[in-house]
This record gives sequence, C-alpha cells and structure tokens, in this order.
Amino acid sequence: MARAAVPGRLGDRRLTWQPARLLESRAENAGARSLVFAVPGWPGHLPGQHTDVRLTAPDGYSTERSYSLAAPAAGDRIELTVQRLPDGEVSPYLTDVLGVGEEVEIRGPVGGWFVWRPADNGPVLLAAGGSGIVPLMAMIRARRLAANRSPFRLVYSLRTPADQYYAGELREPAPGDNGVKVTYIYSRAAPPGWARPPGRLMAADLAAAGWPAQAAPACFVCGPTGFVEAAADILVGLGHDPGRIKTERFGPSGG
Amino acid sequence: MTEQYLDGNALAGPLSEIFAMDVTVAVGRCANCRLTGPVAGLRLYYRAPGLVARCPGCDSVMLRLVRGPAAAWLDMSGTAALRIPVPPEP
Repeated sequence: MARAAVPGRLGDRRLTWQPARLLESRAENAGARSLVFAVPGWPGHLPGQHTDVRLTAPDGYSTERSYSLAAPAAGDRIELTVQRLPDGEVSPYLTDVLGVGEEVEIRGPVGGWFVWRPADNGPVLLAAGGSGIVPLMAMIRARRLAANRSPFRLVYSLRTPADQYYAGELREPAPGDNGVKVTYIYSRAAPPGWARPPGRLMAADLAAAGWPAQAAPACFVCGPTGFVEAAADILVGLGHDPGRIKTERFGPSGG
Repeated sequence: MTEQYLDGNALAGPLSEIFAMDVTVAVGRCANCRLTGPVAGLRLYYRAPGLVARCPGCDSVMLRLVRGPAAAWLDMSGTAALRIPVPPEP
C-alpha cells in the first residue's frame, strides 16, 4: 500500500501535517466545489483513501475534517471535492473563502480499507448517496487511468438532478469508461419523463442496477449514515457476502 | 434521526500520527462479545472529548483516543486482540 515518507526523524513513518497550496477551485454544482492542491512530496494514494484538512485561526484555534480524494494524484497535485455545509466550520471556508495560492494543512493519504486497487479484477458495485460519490469517482477515474477493464456498476442516489457531481464526466463518459454503467436514483425530484418515481433507494433498484450476488462483486457504499445502512442492508438481503461490502459514512464531521 | 457515528475508517488520520502502519486495516476482536472485524468497520463516535470506537455487534467501547497538546492517550482495554497485516518475512 502507498505509504508516506514524511519529513521527520529517520525511520519515522508516522504522518505529519503538511502545507497544501490551492491551485484551482471549480464548481461541481451550487453546493460543492472541487479543489486542486499542490502538496510537495505527496506519495500517491489509492482510490477511496481520504485526507485530513486542518485550519488554524490566528488565535491558535484549529479544527480538522476528513475529505475523500476525488481523483488519482497527478504528481504533487491532489483533488478533493468539498460539499459546502451552511453551518459547517471548515467546508464554507474551503469552498468560499480560501483563494488560489493560499495554504491549508493536509495529513494523508489515510485509510487503507475502503479502497479499490487498480490491479484488481472482477465486478465492482459502487453505491453512492449524495456527496458519497466522491471516493467512488476516484475509483472510476483510477480505473480509466490504469486502463483497467473490470466491469463497474455505479448506482448514484441524489435528491434532484441539480445535485449531481461530475455531471459532464459521468453523462458523457470518456472512452476509457466503457464498462462503467451508471444508474441514477432520484430521491426528491426526477427529470421530466423519468420512469422511476422519486424516492429513496429500494431493494428493487439495487437488484436491477447492481450485480447478482453470484457474481460476487466488490461492493463500495458511501454516503450519509442512513443511506449507507439502507444500502448495505439491501445488499445483504440480496445475498451479497457482508465481507465484500465496504462502507464509508459521511457524517456532519465533514462540515 | 439516526444516531451520529462514522466508520472506523475515520480513525485512519488520527491514528496515523501515532502508528507507522494503518491500524484501520487490522482485524480487531471485541473483548466483550468476541466479534472480529476490521477496525475500519467499528462505529466511531466523535461528539466527545476525543474519539470513541464501539463494537458494531454489542456496542461496547473498543477504543478511545484523546489527543492532548503533547501526547495522545489510547485506551484499548475493550479490544482483546488485533490481527495486523505485515509483509511476508524475507
């Protein structure tokens, strides 16, 4: 697994906070932005890993949050997608205040469990609820970069079409994304003429758009706690091995 | 409203300051109910002065982590064992 060689004592491989300079910020939708940072010496990471971001105020008060890495690293450049939580302490600063050229502190990459390895083969089910798409998009992007041909099925639950992340990339897939099948589930409002009435993810959705349990896919479920529990319960109910279902909950600590 | 907790995945950052290996991929055994599973699969409660990870089976506290200015306190009295993946011996 990718591991950081960090500055510090010889042989000390514990992670430390490092400066990260904002290079680019672009809107994904009205409530989320993708941020590209330069992190000197970034060791690379696996799709699904996350990083912690720390902000420190002039009076010394500091606070940190975890964000999923949204894409494979490009050298020293990493990309996060941050959802702005209106009463959040960190996300509004990252999306609305931090300017290009300014710095925050980053610690990562961390988390070696909720990861897909580009050397893996075999079917994959990705189930995303809202901003839970971020680490799953990193897996799709890593698959493309590695020219991996594993069949992916993404079931992406979102409130309304306007809440989608990575809309262009998912709706007009790159040639390398052949074999990535995307199904949208709208929970509150669907596009005009959409066959499925708006509503929460149901067993029938994952039965139709996912894999049969016999295919033994690797399942990655990411989203708010309620979505993750519902989706994981449905998958177990459909006969999937709980040992092949990996979950990551996005809580309000993401604020 | 669902009670607010995260997955043990979210321990990866705080524990990376203490350990050189990723403890979240280790398999832990609950000292109370003996359930085994990845540390990443524990239920992590973060609305406390520190982090509290509970067993997903019986809800017992398996790990507590508090970070002070100069030291971290790690209480693992609720964890009976950890199986830690290591590279094969040369």
